[in-house]
Amino acid sequence: MVCVVALVSLCLISIAVGARPIGLGEIWQGIVQPGGSEIDAIIRDYRIPRTLLGLLVGVGLGLAGALMQALTRNPLADPGLLGITSGASFGIVFAIAVAGVTAVHGYIWFAFAGALLASTVVSLLGGLGNAGATPVKLAIAGIAMTFLLGSFTSAMVLSDAQTLNRYRFWSAGSLAGQPLEIITQLLPFLVAGTLLALASGPALNSLALGEDVAVSLGHRPRLVRLRGMLAITLLTGAAVALAGPIVFVGLVVPHIARILVGPDQRWLLPTAMLIAPILLLAADVLGRVVARPAEIQIGIIVVFLGVPFFIYLVRRHRLTEL
Amino acid sequence: MPVVEVRRVAGRTAFRLGRHSVSGQLHPRTWLVCLVLAVASFLVFSAGIAIGDYPLGFVDVVRALAGGGDSYALFVVQELRVPRSVVALLVGVALGMSGAILQTITRNPLASPDMIGITHGAGFAVVSGIVLGFGSGLGTQVLGLAGGFAAALLVYLLAWRRGTTGYRIVLIGIGVSWTCIAAIDYLMTRAYEYEAQQAMGWLVGNLNGRDYDQALPLLIALLVLVPATLLLTRWMRVLQLGDETASGLGTPVQLTRFALLLTAVGLAAFATAAAGPVLFVALAAPQIARLLCRTSAPPPVAAALTGALLVLASDLVARQLLADAELPVGIVTGAFGAAFLMWLLARINRQRFG
Repeated sequence: MVCVVALVSLCLISIAVGARPIGLGEIWQGIVQPGGSEIDAIIRDYRIPRTLLGLLVGVGLGLAGALMQALTRNPLADPGLLGITSGASFGIVFAIAVAGVTAVHGYIWFAFAGALLASTVVSLLGGLGNAGATPVKLAIAGIAMTFLLGSFTSAMVLSDAQTLNRYRFWSAGSLAGQPLEIITQLLPFLVAGTLLALASGPALNSLALGEDVAVSLGHRPRLVRLRGMLAITLLTGAAVALAGPIVFVGLVVPHIARILVGPDQRWLLPTAMLIAPILLLAADVLGRVVARPAEIQIGIIVVFLGVPFFIYLVRRHRLTEL
Repeated sequence: MPVVEVRRVAGRTAFRLGRHSVSGQLHPRTWLVCLVLAVASFLVFSAGIAIGDYPLGFVDVVRALAGGGDSYALFVVQELRVPRSVVALLVGVALGMSGAILQTITRNPLASPDMIGITHGAGFAVVSGIVLGFGSGLGTQVLGLAGGFAAALLVYLLAWRRGTTGYRIVLIGIGVSWTCIAAIDYLMTRAYEYEAQQAMGWLVGNLNGRDYDQALPLLIALLVLVPATLLLTRWMRVLQLGDETASGLGTPVQLTRFALLLTAVGLAAFATAAAGPVLFVALAAPQIARLLCRTSAPPPVAAALTGALLVLASDLVARQLLADAELPVGIVTGAFGAAFLMWLLARINRQRFG
């Protein structure tokens, strides 16, 4: 409940705060009966897409991170662990260097395709052997894929200065600059991923008790894993394609949620889904305010905002191991 | 009564020295893997000395090593290639062993000095030295070493609450590591272009132009830390069973974990100070060694040899791949190690093992 209130007020603050501050009344007017004024244009074209993006990316990364840690049972797992972030990076570098795509909006589909491809290979390697999937194998396959694609990406970027410049723009990670159309195009993937993720809560709970217990409770571990990996791919793939590799959120938010509500996935998943956008939007607003009228990259602020709180929680509470 | 008694017990080979004093388990496959890895490392090490823009025959190399032959070959071998290969070998050994220790005490296959703050602590110290001019007189090596140790100390202190647990060290490590990454990113955006380039050159991990100034401190560190690790292996295995079991078996858990952590940090910090952050070796080498040896925990010696082979081979490839420039070794290690690890996983999937 507290989380929902915090999230809604942060959304409003995010629309209001910026190089040109906007009052609450003006926001209301801009949304309900938009006129042609300059303020309405700022709200409609910049602030709302940006806030919406923060909301969606946060939901995606928070959920995907919680799922990833549940599936691999590893506290070091982040949503990019299936090779999704590095797949997206590779897709973008490929689009720039080989396919010659120049429009920023053209990159997004390459990033999404790269993410899908990478996570499919990792799922095959780590999830579908004769001996069945183990959390360890999934984690190792994922990290190997991440570094393999990362090496290719750096090699391509280092050998071509022009690619480096464009790639750097994306890899810094930002909520700014995506128009509403692009966001709505990727929205179905995010919604599908969210539904899949929220539906796997009970099954993940029994899987945490061990494979045998899960089977005896009527779940099929392989199916649960497959569903989870599909959800992670959809959520992270879309989030990373839209906002660049802001992976840290998905790594640390599930831990915060676990400390706050305990290990029950039915509570943990929605909580992570609410906390992540709060952290992301707060960081985005702060980034706009601290160095006004310039901005500090959101990836940096998220870390400086999230880590002290995280360390405080880790020290304060008794930890439930995964 | 034989002095050494070797028996098969429950499908495993056990040995006993003397009457009852020393006994343990033999794992022949690990020994075999270590032997093969050592031979392969030696071959790649030699190849690294012979192959290059100025190719040398086997006879030339041996003669130059002994201090003979023509002066140019002598210079290339003794001043350029041998120091570089030695640094590659030592860095690989240090990172492989450090990763094996960390993965065992945290019981986490993703734990490595890169993940829990040591590498990026060193990176932050060096980058702030370059960009802010803070302590730049000390040079990158001292700064990197200090940064690595400082980050590790911070992690340990923050994770201490009536003792530490492997889990808490991992979580705090993530926090510290990411803080350092964000701080590096911030400094890089604030830096002048030539400073950013200089910092970037260090951050990718490079063996280019490394000589005895880098090799000597690392060698001394290894001479102390590797025997220390081997002595601690006994307790490391017990610690892997979990804190409760370990203390029930009479292991001083906190002390052992501190000692193991200290050796792992030392190995990683000295290696990073010498060559910059060569990522992935410390993570991949222990897992490759574990899959090769088919043990449950990463075997430290085999991991060290795997690390050495990985860095040596990657350096050789990095030097040869592009005609006009050299790739940083870190990039090739990523591609090489990852491809090999994935191949091992695929093979295991077929063989119903693991």
